[in-house]
Parts: sequence; structure tokens; C-alpha cells
Amino acid sequence: MIDRVFMSRGVDNFDFRFIGLIFAILGIGVLSIYSVTHDQGVAFPFYAKQLMWIGIGTVAFLVMWLSDYHRIARLAYPAYAVILILLAVVLFEGRSSRGAQRWIPIGPFAFQPSEFAKLILILTLAHYYSQAPRHGWLQRVVLPGLLVLPGLLLILKQPDLGSGLSFLAVYAAMLLMVGMRSKAVGVILLFSLMLFPFAWEMMWGSLHDYQRQRIMTFVDPVYDTGGKGYHALQSRIAIGAGELTGKGLYGGTQSQLKFLPEGHTDFVFSVFAEEWGFLGVMVLLLLFVGLIWLGLEIVARAKDQLGALLAIGILCMLCFCVVINIGMTAGMFPIVGIPLPLMSYGGSATVMTMASLGLLLNIKRRRLSFF
Amino acid sequence: MATAGLHDSELGELQRRLIILRVGLLLVMALLGLQLWNLQIREGPRYRDLSENNRTRTVIMEPARGLIYDRNGVLLANNVPSFTLYVSLEDVKDRELLITQLSSILGLEEELVRKKLTARGNKQLPRKVKDRLTLREATLVESHRLDLPGVMVQVESQRNYPGGVTASHLLGYVGEVSPDQLEKPEFADLHQGSIVGQYGVEKFFDRLVRGQAGQKSIEVDAVGHEKRTVVVEEPHSGDNLYLTIDSRLQKVAETLLGDETGAIVALDPRTGDVLAMASRPGFDPNILSRELTSKQWAEIVQDEGRPLNNRASQGQYPPGSVFKVMMAAAALETNTVTPSTTIHCNGGYQFGRRLYHDWKAGGHGSVDLRRALVQSCDVYFYTVGQRMGIEAMASYAHQFGLGEETGIELPSERIGIVPSEAWKRKAKNEPWLPGETISASIGQGYVNVTPLQMASLIGTVANNGVTYRPRLVQAVMDRATGELKQRLAVSSRTLKLKPGTLPLIKEALAGVVQEGTATRAKSALVTIAGKTGTAQMTALRTGPEKDIPKKFRDHAWFVAFAPVDAPTIAVAVLGEHMGHGGSAAAPLAKELIETYVKLNIAAPPNAKDDAVSQARDGGEQGAR
Repeated sequence: MIDRVFMSRGVDNFDFRFIGLIFAILGIGVLSIYSVTHDQGVAFPFYAKQLMWIGIGTVAFLVMWLSDYHRIARLAYPAYAVILILLAVVLFEGRSSRGAQRWIPIGPFAFQPSEFAKLILILTLAHYYSQAPRHGWLQRVVLPGLLVLPGLLLILKQPDLGSGLSFLAVYAAMLLMVGMRSKAVGVILLFSLMLFPFAWEMMWGSLHDYQRQRIMTFVDPVYDTGGKGYHALQSRIAIGAGELTGKGLYGGTQSQLKFLPEGHTDFVFSVFAEEWGFLGVMVLLLLFVGLIWLGLEIVARAKDQLGALLAIGILCMLCFCVVINIGMTAGMFPIVGIPLPLMSYGGSATVMTMASLGLLLNIKRRRLSFF
Repeated sequence: MATAGLHDSELGELQRRLIILRVGLLLVMALLGLQLWNLQIREGPRYRDLSENNRTRTVIMEPARGLIYDRNGVLLANNVPSFTLYVSLEDVKDRELLITQLSSILGLEEELVRKKLTARGNKQLPRKVKDRLTLREATLVESHRLDLPGVMVQVESQRNYPGGVTASHLLGYVGEVSPDQLEKPEFADLHQGSIVGQYGVEKFFDRLVRGQAGQKSIEVDAVGHEKRTVVVEEPHSGDNLYLTIDSRLQKVAETLLGDETGAIVALDPRTGDVLAMASRPGFDPNILSRELTSKQWAEIVQDEGRPLNNRASQGQYPPGSVFKVMMAAAALETNTVTPSTTIHCNGGYQFGRRLYHDWKAGGHGSVDLRRALVQSCDVYFYTVGQRMGIEAMASYAHQFGLGEETGIELPSERIGIVPSEAWKRKAKNEPWLPGETISASIGQGYVNVTPLQMASLIGTVANNGVTYRPRLVQAVMDRATGELKQRLAVSSRTLKLKPGTLPLIKEALAGVVQEGTATRAKSALVTIAGKTGTAQMTALRTGPEKDIPKKFRDHAWFVAFAPVDAPTIAVAVLGEHMGHGGSAAAPLAKELIETYVKLNIAAPPNAKDDAVSQARDGGEQGAR
């Protein structure tokens, strides 16, 4: 009995691979941030700060890993209420940067509630679906939709298009996976198509000028290199110029000479791609695929619906951010300002992502908890 | 756990649906991989070029022009450091704003700045907007650097002529290569803003003096600030020139002309070396080498004194009686006369219904060839010319280099006019009139020569019939190797005359100074031979010279060589509207020759080579 308990709470090979992948990606991220910001000449440069965030993130990872996810899920509704309040506070008290008001200053740092809102939304939806059997499209679609709506609106109001889209993605993924009847799917699709023009009108009308421009320049980024399409074009130049083997560490002229803006945050992938080339990029993609694949294993082995839904929500969010971020830097999508999980510099995002992955691994070990 | 149990069927279904996520994940990642393949592998080279263009800017490093020295190693043209303002078009965000800013800082017209920035040409090369910035302007630009993206101030060497107006026509000036010039093959390796010689030696020897521009590739950041130098291709300085002129003699020649309009040329008849070549009025090449506004240009071009005209090689004047030197030789060679043939001069020559006057009312009486030259008897030469005919006259004139290029190494040399029947038919489409032969025989009528041709002609006589091509540059020093290449004197022509002809003429020309029309050129220092000339401006002359308005007065000529036995200098003096050659021009020639003799006693000619090597040692300081 003791043995079995020990075995069950023991750290096995799967956990090592999972954690190894996380830290490999984190390491690549720090290296790329270091490459663009090493000559900043300040006492506390970005790569050092990022290491600090990773430290805090590791604590969050361990806490989420070693507690019982059922107990965490029980806190979902109160947590969601708190985060909605924080999102509202951001609108009035928050710190703005480039036309968006997303941060609550805490000492020298800034806390970004919308990042944490994603994880809390996953917890909330998973908790909702697993609390009791949900039948019919009202219970399965409309009610959870009403749950999502206030958070989504508050986030779009900031505005934070990227986080807003992540919110929708999580909701959509949950809906899809929670097992809708095909009739319900058909109705949703029909309604979506009918509502699309109005939704587009509303969306477009609520967008800030810089967001509209970003979307417009997606159509033709070469149109004006100095203005609207600048980010998109410079990012593509950086990635393309990496060619097969890359320009080497510090060799990325696009990022080193600041042609590429935001090289340490949203465009960290371009920095990496310029310096390490197609080969490096393939390795990075494989690391992400590996991580998500292991995550899907966890879903497959989940013993209850809560665990499976939580894991799916986390994986879909992760997957969505990775694909949209790389896609936008590579010129496949408009520039929407979604950071690359585990790589982009950012305290809130790093801590939140690591906490999510801790929670994911928690679902696999389900017996005992230390917290 | 009851609730959990209720959901077990749903959990199973959910886990079965995982396949959708797995396939979806692989599909999406494959799409990303494909796009990255497109960017990095298929279009990689193109994007690499784009990134290189992003980061590198090419900066032209202008070469220092070669230095120019006189025959004694005196510096005539050097370079001084100065600030030049360039604009790198790729870094300019708002061109109109920049034009406004620059024109107010530099005090230039906006239109001028706009023209510079919008001129056709390679957009990747920086455009030169202004050179010779004052220290204040340069400081102002540097302190506003952040507001002026793409603006660079560079230190470049700027042409400087320490002597100012001295030898201005000879040295010439420099200027930016013009759009028309850029189309030509000899300027193919240049670019907008390149400095090339636009006049004089600077222009003729531009290929040697110009040097070769270098290039510097600099890496810039997104704001256009220089980060580091990637590649430097150093510029090569131009070659140094050692001229044949003696700047001391040149200055004396220019002082002698003073405020008068005219030209003085002094040659060494043994080599063709141009010892001095003065033309007045002159200009300051330092001013012309700057960028002038169209208004300043108009002032210079419309100046009635035409200061940009090098009267020594481009001014064409009737030679007047100087022509008789050639006529005397032609008369003897064609057997029109013998040295002892005499012709009676009673002050006029009747031809048809017209009486051609001698300059001396009453005439010279019975004169032979020598006396005709000494006294410059017109009637003698009317008679000789009439007997010889215009064709023989033209033939000998050409043999003496008239109507021909002397071959001086200066741009746009003029050749004058040697009239003949064929010439008149071609030029005026009229038949030759017999009376025109008579005018031509004393260097009037259609005959036109340049002072340089006259100096060359008298030099040929002094040198016993051997003409040397006028030489301006005696040596060229390759700045890269330090090798000094001497340029040899070239004899261009040898007159085939009877052995007695030139000695007779030379003796007669000595007589001109001793006892004839040019006694005012008689020197106590050295024996001088020469010939006066007075080119008539108008036939309607009444009253004394001083009453005639200046612009209707005659041109005064004097050609001379010295010493008579072994000539080392040949001189031609032309004074526009200065009156009689004997009174106005001859004293200037005498003064110049005496100066030359004194200078060469003080510094004998064999010190020449030392001077060149001295100049070579000291020259590098002047280069930068």
C-alpha cells in the first residue's frame, strides 16, 4: 500500500519529458530575449527579469502541479468574479501603453489581469460542464456563452484583441469537445453565418485605429514600409533572412539594429528564426508539438470529465497562442498582439502559462495532493 | 463521485474526439512549417537581401585631388578640409519637412535643396546638398541630428588655390559634375556631387588629378544612426602635377597687364615649356569652385570683360605687323624677293581705285627686307603680298602654326583664321577679292591669331625653325606609388627653309629693338629681338590716339625672344585697345624678359630638379 502510494505520487518518465520540454522552450526564449536586449545597458535587463518571472512561474507550476485540481476548480466562480473586477479596475486605473490599457501597476512591475483571465475562464467553463450533466443547446451553449461574455467585453474594451480572441478560442474549443450533438453544431454554424455581418460591424466599429490598420496592412504589408505594414514586413524579412541555418546568435541584424520592433515580446519568434534559421525553427516547432502531444496524452488518460476539460482548455489556449503568434510573425495572420507562450518576455503571461502547465500535469497525477 | 459517474459516458466520447485535436494540431503545425519553408528557404535569399539593404548604407569617400605645383615646387592648388552635408534618401521619412529644415539651417533656397534631393540617380547613394559648410552650420546640423534623419556631415578635402587669381585661366577651377557630363563615358564612374575639373589644367588633366572615390559601407540602425563600418574601400588621391610655369614670372606677367585687358605668353623655345600665361581680366578659382547661384553665374558670364575667356589660347585677334615675320620668310622662300630687293615706299600703295596707306605718312623711302621689318614698312609687304598671292601666304602661315592648334594641353584652344580662297568660299560663300590679299599681307583683314600662336611663332623663329608643342605639365607624380614621371618635350614641326632665311629675319628682329619700332624694349641686361604689331580696329581714325574712345583703340602686339644669340625665352604680349605695339606692348615684354633673366641668374635652371623633389617631400602635408 505504502509502495503504491509512493509510486503513484512519484515523478515518472512522462513528467520528466513534459518538464524537460517546458524548460527547453523557456531556455530558447531567454536566449532570444538575451540576444536582442543584452546590450541594453541597464542594471536589470529583460533577460534577467524574464529569468525572475520563470522563477516565480516555477513556483506557480509546482503549486498547481502538487495541489488537487478538483479543489482548484471549486474556486473557479469566485476567481472569475475577482478577475472580472480586476479587468474592470484596469479600465479605470490601469496603465496604458500604445493606446491600450491592460496593466495594473504593482511596484515596479505591471500585472496584466487579461492573461490570468484566460486560465480562470478555462477553470470556470470546465467546472460548469462537469458540475452536472448539461443538456440542450441552452445549457451547453448559451449559458456558458453568457459566462464568457462579460470577461470578453471587458478585455475588448481595453482593447486587447489578442486576449479577446484567446477567450473566444477557449470557449469554442470547450464547446466542440464537450460533445455537442451534430444538430446543435449545425444551429451554431447557421447562427454564426447569419450574425456574422452584424458581428463584423460591431467588431470593426469597436476596434481602435491601430488595430484596423494592423488588419488592413495584413492585406498588403509592402504598401507602406515606414508606416502601417512596418511590423509585418520587418518580421517577415527577419524570418526569411534566417534562411536554412540562420545568422547565428547576435547575428540577426533585423533585431539587433531594431528594425524589428518588440523583438523581446510579440516578435521573439522572428528573432529566433533570424538567428537560428529554418533548422532552429523546426526544432522549436517540434518542441511545441511534443509538449502539446504529451498534453493530449494527459487528456486521453484523464479519469474524470473535469480533468479532461481543463486539460483541453489549457492545450487549446496554448496551441491557439503558438499558432496565431507564429502565424502572424510569418505573415499568415494580421498582427494581433498575442505573445508566444513560454518564449515572449512578460511576467503575467509566463507565470500564467507555467501555472496552466502545472495544472495540466496535475491532472495526470490525480491521487494525492500536498496542498 | 456520483456526479462523476454520470459523466463517464461523456468523458469517453470526449476522449474519442481527441483524434480531431491530434489531426488538427499536426495539420496546423504543418501549415506553419510550410509557410516558414516558403519564407526561409524558397524566398530566403530575397529576404536576406532586404535585410542587408535595411542595415547598410553606402557612403562615398571623395578622393583628394592631386596637388598642382609650379616648376619650382611652389604650391598652386591644394586641398583643405571642409564640411560637406549629405542626405541619405533611404532614411528620410518626410522629405518636404527636411527640405524646409535644411534650407533654413543652411540658408539655401528650398528649390535648390529640393532639386538636389530629387535629382535622378542611384537612390542608395547619399546626395550631396552643400559643401564648404561653415563651422556654425556644421555644428547646428550635428546638434539637430535626431530631428534630421538621414542627414550626414562629412569632412572632405576641398579644392583651394592659395594664389587666388594667379594663373587662374591656366589652373582653371573645379565643380560638381553636371548632369550632361554624367551621361558621357569619361565620367561613367562618377556620381552626382562628384567634383571634376571644369576649366584649365584642372579640366584637361582631370583624369589624372581626380583620383578615385572610395566607398564605405556602414551599418545603421532603424533610426539611421551609424553603428559600425562594415567595409571600407579607401579612396585614391589624384596624381600631383608639376607645371612648367614659374609662378614668379606668372605674377609679374599679370602685374604688367594690371587692369588692362590682354594676354601675355612666355615660352621656352627650346622645349615648348610655358613659363607664364597670363590673361586679364581674371577670376578667383576659389569662388568659382564653390557652388554658385544662377544669379552669380549670370554676373560672371555677362561680365563685359569676359573674365572666363583665356585670352592667351582663346582670344583671336588680327596679328597686324607681327604677321610680317611670317611674310618675310614666305617672301624669301617663294623667291618673291631676295634680301637685297628694294621696294620704294612713298606712304601708300595704289591698287585699283583704292590707296592702301602706310602707317607712316610720307613713307619709308626705298627699303629692303631687313629695313622693311625694322621699320615695319607696310608698302613693302603690300607689294610682296600682292606678288606672292594669298595661297602662298596661307601655305606659309600654316607652316608657322597659324590656323592650327598649338596642341597646348588646355580645353577649347582656338585656332584663329588663315584666310584663303577656299576658306572664304567655305566660310562666307563669297569669292576672294584681290584687295583682301593686300590687307592680309600686313596681318589685317580676315587674319586672326591667338597670343599663344604668336608666342609659338616667334619661338619657332628663335629656335631656328623647330617648333615645340607648348608644354604645361613637366612631370606627374603617381600618389599611390610616389613615382615621378617626367613628360618629355615634343617637337611638333620643323620648318624647311633656306639656310639663310631665319638668320636674316632674326637679325632684322634684333634691329627692330635696336633701331626700329620697338626701341622701348631695348634692355641693358639682355639682347632682345622682337616685332611690334598694331591691330587696327577701325580705318576711320582721326586725331591723336588719346582722343579716341578706348574701345575703338587698336590692339597692341609685341612678340620677342631673348637673348638674341641663344634664345631661352619667347614672349607674346597682346594688349586689347592699348594702342601701338611699340609703345604699349614692347615695354611689358622687356620687363618680363628682364625678370626672367634675373630669376635665372638667382636660381640657375639646374636647380629645377631639386625643387621638384623638394615639392614631393613637402607635398603630402598639403594633401590633407
